[in-house]
Amino acid sequence: MESFFGRYKNPLVLMAVLFIQVVGLATQVKRPSDPKVPNSPGTRLIRVWTVTAFTPIERTFVGIGHFFRNGWHNWIDLHGVRKQNQDLQAEVARMRLEQVRLREDAEQAQRLQALLGFRESFISQTLAAQVIGTSGTEKSRVIYIDKGIHDGIKNDMAVITPDGVVGRVKDVLPLSSQVLLINDRDSGAGVILEKSRLQGVLKGTTLGDMQVDGVMADEKVEAGERVIASGGDRIYPKGFPVGTVSSVAPDRESGAFLIIKVRPAADLSRLEEVLVVTRMAERAPITTTTTEGGHVRAADILSQRLPTVPKVDQAATPGQGDNKKKTTPTAQSNPAGTTTGRPEGASTATKPKPKKPVAQPDQPKTEGSVPVDNSAPGQEKQEKPKPSPPNATENPPR
Amino acid sequence: MSVAVTYTSREEIEVHKFSWPVSIGIPALAIFVQVFFPIRIRFLTVFDLPLLVTIYFAVARRRPIPGLLTGAIIGTVQDAFGHHYIGLNGIAKTIIGFLASSLGVRLDVENPGSRLLMTVGFYLLHQIILTVIDVALVGVREPILWGHTLISAVANGLLAVVLFVALDKLKMRG
Repeated sequence: MESFFGRYKNPLVLMAVLFIQVVGLATQVKRPSDPKVPNSPGTRLIRVWTVTAFTPIERTFVGIGHFFRNGWHNWIDLHGVRKQNQDLQAEVARMRLEQVRLREDAEQAQRLQALLGFRESFISQTLAAQVIGTSGTEKSRVIYIDKGIHDGIKNDMAVITPDGVVGRVKDVLPLSSQVLLINDRDSGAGVILEKSRLQGVLKGTTLGDMQVDGVMADEKVEAGERVIASGGDRIYPKGFPVGTVSSVAPDRESGAFLIIKVRPAADLSRLEEVLVVTRMAERAPITTTTTEGGHVRAADILSQRLPTVPKVDQAATPGQGDNKKKTTPTAQSNPAGTTTGRPEGASTATKPKPKKPVAQPDQPKTEGSVPVDNSAPGQEKQEKPKPSPPNATENPPR
Repeated sequence: MSVAVTYTSREEIEVHKFSWPVSIGIPALAIFVQVFFPIRIRFLTVFDLPLLVTIYFAVARRRPIPGLLTGAIIGTVQDAFGHHYIGLNGIAKTIIGFLASSLGVRLDVENPGSRLLMTVGFYLLHQIILTVIDVALVGVREPILWGHTLISAVANGLLAVVLFVALDKLKMRG
């Protein structure tokens, strides 16, 4: 027996070490991960130890690099111009975030998303973080940032730059966090093609490219089209840029779908500073109230955006016109959300408002004339001008 | 660059030793460089410095058990920085460490040409082992990008020729 172990010592040790590792691997594979717990017990502890041991060194190196770089710029380069430039860049970054939100708000209004009644989310609070490390391998496209549990970072927080989406927080450690980049093969994000409004799932590939899955082959998608986050995954802020379509080709394997390659909006290969979205606020859709304080129905909002009656009709028959104002039929929404018109003279839920005719002569209503709500988050919308009850019969759908 | 892969008897081979600081510091430095520098130079992820260090120490020591243990530790630490399961690189580098040390017993692996061939071969084997583990144990099926893998293997082989010469200076004399 002794000679057996002595003779086959090396292979036996190899098998023992491999066995231990395979068992350890199997334990991880079988154990369901709990996303609510940042550091699950067990084998993941080694990840915490290892990364925590290296993090101070990485932070030190980054700090030394910044010290010398900043020192050089501050003392030798133009100090005042540099400071001003930094401020302006920060302002531009902030305004770009704001611009994205406002543009998406305007488009939402045009597409009558208020009718759907769901709540939209936007970036409420971010935390700047420094990139201090990577996985070092192509199989795992992750970065490490210098903010962790103590800074309020949690799993599945979106990580962005002013240019676009970077990824999401995957693991939170005491001093640092692991961020899964959006071009990793295990990454996924709900996206919308901005022009065609096609929805799909953005996934990374083994080579670090990104492509949108789930778009049918008969859809028309052009290169150069912007890809934005749909918000459906409840991680990335809705409307935030994700990338640009770089190429479109039919899927040779399935034939039914398109392979839409996407170039990331953020430069994922040169990330130094990122923003962690620590809070996403929700805002109610555009709502207005009647004189009684009740909410105007979705169909009323829709009717406001449709073409209005020429003023000539009212001028030609003033009596009828006045009468119409008082007994104007109102568009109603049925349970399915579609709009229907009532016959003239039918009773309406909203009272007539003589001082506010349906169509103002000097303010012709157009599709885009409904004010877009740009108020602060959470602000009530009652301050907005009250819409008049529309006349469904006079506003034929286009 | 001449390629000389010659058979050596057990009496001819020289077993090298390294000081403790070198044995611990060089693998730690390799992992640090691997995870830190790709922040700004992304293409550096093509290289696998921990693998090269594993091969070097295994070949130089020419003892299978220290070789496989070195690979196991380096691989496990490397896994900690990724987001996949811990143990993938550990298993792969354990096997590579064992095979490299076994190879070092039998062949002259101090020639630059043989070092290049050996590293290219071990890199490819490392990728195959990772793929097998992915498919067999984890259940992930990812196609091997052979063109990219071959280029990476050659790049790692060329780097190994230079790196191993530098590491040769850290061997203990006597």
